[in-house]
Amino acid sequence: MKTPYPDVAIVGAYNTVQAKQLPQWTEPSLVLDAIRGALADAGLTPDDVDGVNVSTWVSQLSSRTVAQWFGGRPAWTGTSHPGIEAVLEAAAAIQSGQAETVVIATAQCGAYTERESTVVWTRPENEFVECWGLYTAAEFALMAQRHMHLYGTKREALSEVASAIRMNGAKNPEAVHFGREVSPREVEASRMVADPFRLLDCCITSEGGAAMVLTTKQRAKDLDVTPIQVLGGALDRQGMSYVTAPLWHRYGWVGRRAFELTCQQAGITHKDIDFAELYDPFSFEIIRQLEAFGFCKEGEGGDFVMDGRIRIDGEFPVATNGGIMSYSHAGVVQLLQKPLNAVLQLQGRLVPELTLHEPRIAIATNGGSGALFCDVMALGKEVA
Amino acid sequence: MKVPTGKIPLPRPTALSRPHWDGCREGTLRVQRCRDCQTLVFIPQPCCGNCLSERLEWVDSSGRGTIYSYTTVYRPQQPVFETPYTVVIVELEEGWHMLSNLLGVAPDDVRIGAEVEVDFHAMSDEITLPYFKLRSAS
Ligand SMILES: [Zn+2]
Repeated sequence: MKTPYPDVAIVGAYNTVQAKQLPQWTEPSLVLDAIRGALADAGLTPDDVDGVNVSTWVSQLSSRTVAQWFGGRPAWTGTSHPGIEAVLEAAAAIQSGQAETVVIATAQCGAYTERESTVVWTRPENEFVECWGLYTAAEFALMAQRHMHLYGTKREALSEVASAIRMNGAKNPEAVHFGREVSPREVEASRMVADPFRLLDCCITSEGGAAMVLTTKQRAKDLDVTPIQVLGGALDRQGMSYVTAPLWHRYGWVGRRAFELTCQQAGITHKDIDFAELYDPFSFEIIRQLEAFGFCKEGEGGDFVMDGRIRIDGEFPVATNGGIMSYSHAGVVQLLQKPLNAVLQLQGRLVPELTLHEPRIAIATNGGSGALFCDVMALGKEVA
Repeated sequence: MKVPTGKIPLPRPTALSRPHWDGCREGTLRVQRCRDCQTLVFIPQPCCGNCLSERLEWVDSSGRGTIYSYTTVYRPQQPVFETPYTVVIVELEEGWHMLSNLLGVAPDDVRIGAEVEVDFHAMSDEITLPYFKLRSAS
């Protein structure tokens, strides 16, 4: 397989407990549980680590602080936010010889206490946004509404996306919404939040942590793991989220450039990609990304998702752990959990009901059009 | 929707944005324009988004436009916003866009492309907000 990071392997992946609230946990304790879990998963010890990228949103934990936790030994520290950008940064650090073994971790809890309002990280403070009562759902709704106007995208397509992803979570024992099956009809019957989004079109909020360990391919050979390769990745950033008006004609295809660059680096095309851990804040965002990335023509994403195509037993499954609609949405943690779940799925470590048949290549994404950014990466499993 | 009566969060003008908010208080919708390439710039920034020139001036908009996109919100950002309320992106006649709320239209009657005009409402001594309403046939 082609990759800009041929000497790098992902060898550890671990999610802490995820729940609507984790009152008995603190962010540092979740981060430590995640780090210990990911190192144990790789069969490595804290002594092996010479690179860290850890940050948290509420407690503002930093990589330098966590380097101190590792005894203050010399270490590379990452500065990217948790998620795809952090994985790409760590892979580049290892490939260039700045570090051998890097742990990336984050956690979030205790952020959402005032439940009369929308969750705090969804609320803008900008002077041209806040006074109009906007928040994340409304920003993404403005995009969806324009798309529906231009292309005639139907309500049924949104319901199918939300149901498909929520059914994955219903089958995932680690999901916050484990056991909660949702049909398209139930999505359509749920209460309106921000037209066209109904409650079940929207992601959940929860708490939890996650960590990932990357090392050299050489080191990975000594470990009892299925190494996963970083095949490529790129970032599309179009400005500050939730400040300027989310204009479809300017921001509707955010992520297209990042996807194309990712495919060029990896030497792959659409047909090589077996599944996609797509950012799923709202049902429409899946349709948008499928169009932006060229899995179907512009305006045809609504048709593309029908007939079970993106369901777990379909031709192109998305958000195979239940995504942030059902598995977990602990603020920034979900950014890391997208590539992390691609790793678990490629390694065949989800429950049998969610395990795909010998997948080789996945994409993961962070961010979407309402947020005016979209990062993309490809991950792959070497087959003998 | 009607103009909110509760204490909604109001803009805190910065040195950069103050001319816009002063304009609203005086009943004029103002937008930045590049003196070098004539590009209109909103939200306010220190340079032109087309050519990076810092030679920007404030010009008056007609305040007339059409609805580019909308969403009617039933779950408020904060309880002080009475639901339902309609958020719109307005495409102004001059070709620039801004976020606002649409007043006086029932949720089922909002349409992309509908003709609207600015409708200023004083919210405090300092802040007047540029809401929009359907343009009266004239
Ligand atoms: Zn200019």
